[in-house]
Amino acid sequence: MLKLNHVSMTFNPGTVNEKKALNDLSLHLAPGDFATIVGSNGAGKSTLFGAIAGSFWPDTGSVVLDGQDITFLPAHVRSKQIGHLFQDPMRGTAPHMTIEENLALAYLRTEKSKSSFFSRVNKKDKELFREHLALLGMGLEDRMSQPVGLLSGGQRQALTLLMATLVTPKLLLLDEHTAALDPATAEKVLALTKDIVAQRHITCLMITHNMHSALELGNRTLMMNAGQIVLDVQGEERAHMTVDDLLARFAAGAGQALDNDRILLSSEAR
Amino acid sequence: MTSFFTLAIVQSALEVGFIYALVAMALFLSYSVLNIADLSTDNCFILGCAVGSTVALAGHPFLGLFAAMAAGVCSGFVTAFLQTRLGVESILAGIIVNTGLYTINLMAMGFTSNLNLFKCTTIFTLARDVLEPVIGSWYKLAVAVFITLIAALALRLFLTTRLGLSIRATGDNADMVRASSINPAFTITVGLCVSGSLTALSGAVLGQYQKSCDINLGQGMVTIALASLIIGETLVGRQKISHRLFASILGSVIYRFVVAIALRMNVPAECLKLVSAIIVAVAISSPQVKVLIGRSRRKAAARAAKKEGV
Repeated sequence: MLKLNHVSMTFNPGTVNEKKALNDLSLHLAPGDFATIVGSNGAGKSTLFGAIAGSFWPDTGSVVLDGQDITFLPAHVRSKQIGHLFQDPMRGTAPHMTIEENLALAYLRTEKSKSSFFSRVNKKDKELFREHLALLGMGLEDRMSQPVGLLSGGQRQALTLLMATLVTPKLLLLDEHTAALDPATAEKVLALTKDIVAQRHITCLMITHNMHSALELGNRTLMMNAGQIVLDVQGEERAHMTVDDLLARFAAGAGQALDNDRILLSSEAR
Repeated sequence: MTSFFTLAIVQSALEVGFIYALVAMALFLSYSVLNIADLSTDNCFILGCAVGSTVALAGHPFLGLFAAMAAGVCSGFVTAFLQTRLGVESILAGIIVNTGLYTINLMAMGFTSNLNLFKCTTIFTLARDVLEPVIGSWYKLAVAVFITLIAALALRLFLTTRLGLSIRATGDNADMVRASSINPAFTITVGLCVSGSLTALSGAVLGQYQKSCDINLGQGMVTIALASLIIGETLVGRQKISHRLFASILGSVIYRFVVAIALRMNVPAECLKLVSAIIVAVAISSPQVKVLIGRSRRKAAARAAKKEGV
């Protein structure tokens, strides 16, 4: 579904701030793959997402989604097929617009007719929004005409998740999307994520700093270091892995211990 | 009261209020919705007036309105192009276009600084022939209200379409617009074009209303329209789009009544710009002033409590 071929990206080349964020990175995701990504600070996790979502053009290499080379497509064109959630719950929604208007924007992006610029939501669409909102179990279906700015961080993030998947994307990028939420809410949003991704068989990449989530969620775990993927486990091997194994394998692969100031190891912290 | 406000004063305040409300709506779109201070408004207004008057002088008063709107779209497009494609700061883009428009406006007026429409057919003289037997001297107001309400209705419908929604989201969260597969550069461009066309339409209607066009007519238009918008939004609130459009019309009419009162009280006309500047400054700064007053009160209270304690 997603193929990255030898992608490299250097920020501020030729200056003292030169930063090789991606270093000849190749990755292949099969349709329906749900891969979690862990890694040190500055390992290039978010840069990887930037290259996939189109925040910049990589220096070298190509990005192919579902057979289409998207390396040089602008971000807003890719967003038709790629959903992207950030750590900051404020980033995915427009605060002064109502829940319904936010959903309408996300929903109308897929209309294929030429007149779609002037299309608007009808009663049937609203009913659909209501059904989807009810699935979140947050009571948002009765607050559809309220501005999104009134919602809590967790509610906003759940809404963003809904907006990103309202029309099934080919790829869903989750950049620590529960990290800014309190533990109970994070748990809930994570459960929602799991359900939606599983139900729709969405190919998904998720950055996390929670080692347990990294092993538990999805079917594949990637570890990044210095702009490269140093560990890629799935299947039987992954099923028997513990957090300690993962850390040991990382140290072996990267030649150093995992260094991330936010990484969570204890199971309580989930 | 009747002696203070003659019927003629009320009438002209309403007429001019409705005509200028178009500029307030344009600023609602560029300033409130898109969060862009479009400083090309002043000369864009005159551009509309110049183009509208010139075409009316050529014998096509209705075509004049549409020509003015088209000119406004062009002006908005240039401003948007400078800031979205060429990376010019939005305020600077407005100033650049505003400066350039001065010459364009003179060109549109045939390099004179004044146009006179007294002997020519305008939408108002046409309306007079039809409406005066029915509603008497109110025909001018009828024209102004009709045009402004049509524009407000069209804007209201437009802002709930997908494109309209994304224009509104652009000022709120450009990231999210990109995530809905729309280019924010595009939404800004469309928004400023629509806003420019409304400003120019207002200028064209005003030119035909007062039967003249002057190269300095629009000076301070940004501030006046902003004052109207803020007066309206303070009174009506900013919940729904339809409320906010109503607010810009109401604000504009109220502003004209303020001007009428000031004139009635023999405030010299030259002082009105200062009055509108003060209205805008006070209205925009009032939330911050409230905070400052609250703080100094708390400080004073704390100091008093301390003294008592000692």
